[in-house]
Amino acid sequence: MDRLPGIRPRPSLWRRLDGWARASLPTGSTIFLVLLTAAPLGVPGQAHLLTAVGCAQVWAWSLWRPAAMSPPAVFVIGLLSDLIGYQPLGVSILALLVLHGLALRWRRPLLRMGALAIWLAFGAVVLGVVMLIWALSSLLTFRLLPVHEAVFTWLLSVAVYPALSAVTLAVHRRLSDPEGLGL
Amino acid sequence: MSWLSIQFRLALAKLTLPVLIAASFGLMLLGKADALLAERARTALADVMAPLYGALAGPVSSIRDTVDTAERLLTLERENARLREENERLRSWQSVALALDSENARLKANLHWLPDPAPNYVTARVVSDAGGVYARAVLLAIGPNRGVTKGEIALDERGLVGRVTEVGARSARVLLITDLNSRIPVTLEGSRARALLVGTNGARPRLLYWAEGSQPVEGERVVTSAEANAFPAGLPVGVVHYASNNVPEVDPAARLDRLDLVRIFDYGLRGIAAPEAPGRQPLTRNR
Repeated sequence: MDRLPGIRPRPSLWRRLDGWARASLPTGSTIFLVLLTAAPLGVPGQAHLLTAVGCAQVWAWSLWRPAAMSPPAVFVIGLLSDLIGYQPLGVSILALLVLHGLALRWRRPLLRMGALAIWLAFGAVVLGVVMLIWALSSLLTFRLLPVHEAVFTWLLSVAVYPALSAVTLAVHRRLSDPEGLGL
Repeated sequence: MSWLSIQFRLALAKLTLPVLIAASFGLMLLGKADALLAERARTALADVMAPLYGALAGPVSSIRDTVDTAERLLTLERENARLREENERLRSWQSVALALDSENARLKANLHWLPDPAPNYVTARVVSDAGGVYARAVLLAIGPNRGVTKGEIALDERGLVGRVTEVGARSARVLLITDLNSRIPVTLEGSRARALLVGTNGARPRLLYWAEGSQPVEGERVVTSAEANAFPAGLPVGVVHYASNNVPEVDPAARLDRLDLVRIFDYGLRGIAAPEAPGRQPLTRNR
């Protein structure tokens, strides 16, 4: 149904593909980065990078383009993280969904306060997220997992975030019509 | 969706997140109830990704080799002198080993020793780490239907790497001896005492439960023990090293941080679970 009045180009196949590509860029790029963290790159601490990249991407896109980072997409990213990271199923999904929910809730005040506030809030939220993953993994495997690994994941996430989000923000500003509505 | 009213769509959008959070809890319970489900999903994903990672592993390792070569060129002279010296030492050891080998063969012939069967093996490339944050494991790319099964033993050119825990159509996962869940029966070669090698997720697994009066000695060699019928006796594992807090650890002989190719040996041992009653027959092979 046409809810928006105005003249716009015919929805040709190429245009629809273009719109679809724009709309799926945030989710697609996140999935690509998550898969890349399991590639044999030989980077030290690569296993920790998986959670760091997932959290940073979901946080950044949920703040700037919540329509392009929907809860089902977050669910898929979390499922992929669980499978790749050899965690009990559902742990990363829950953690990323909580992160996504908090980002949506604090979206407007955070965007008003600026980049530093967004980074600090990310640090605080990801500490909770990482400890949630640690606690649930421990609970589901009936074994007290080493907590220093979780702390390292947290530090790495906070350290990686500015660089990753700078790229995300650059892409976000370059890209007109990221939801692919054809407006 | 456009036939739905705006109010209904808004309500639906608000409901998505809670419903998905509930679904994640459901998935946790499901994964706990049916452990095979997660394993099968993981194996399927690994089967898809292993060829891609394998293709990527080639260029990455060539870049790393180039860097290594450049580093070696800088220390060529010193390295050469060290190798000459080591070669001299190894030559004398070689003559000792040859003499012992022939003596061993003679003694075995005199004793009518039943020879161990030569194990089958396949060699596979390590394509990526498959451990995650809380585990130490590697993913191997194997061709379809190469006959790798669970419980087989992985060795690199120097020593024990671990055991195969999951097998897919094109990939297999090997749990390293450093993993938190790894328990390996070992023999201390000096005293012939049994002990258990327990992984800690760190670089060096710990020694536990050695017999009283046979304290592991620094630098002593550690080999696998045939107890529990999970390993053949005598595979090299590493050497004993005492950590700063006086805990005996084992420096693995295998280069676990830089695994490239591993050999998967089929010794035909299927006694992974401890026998319930003494004197029980070893488990037969069931594939």
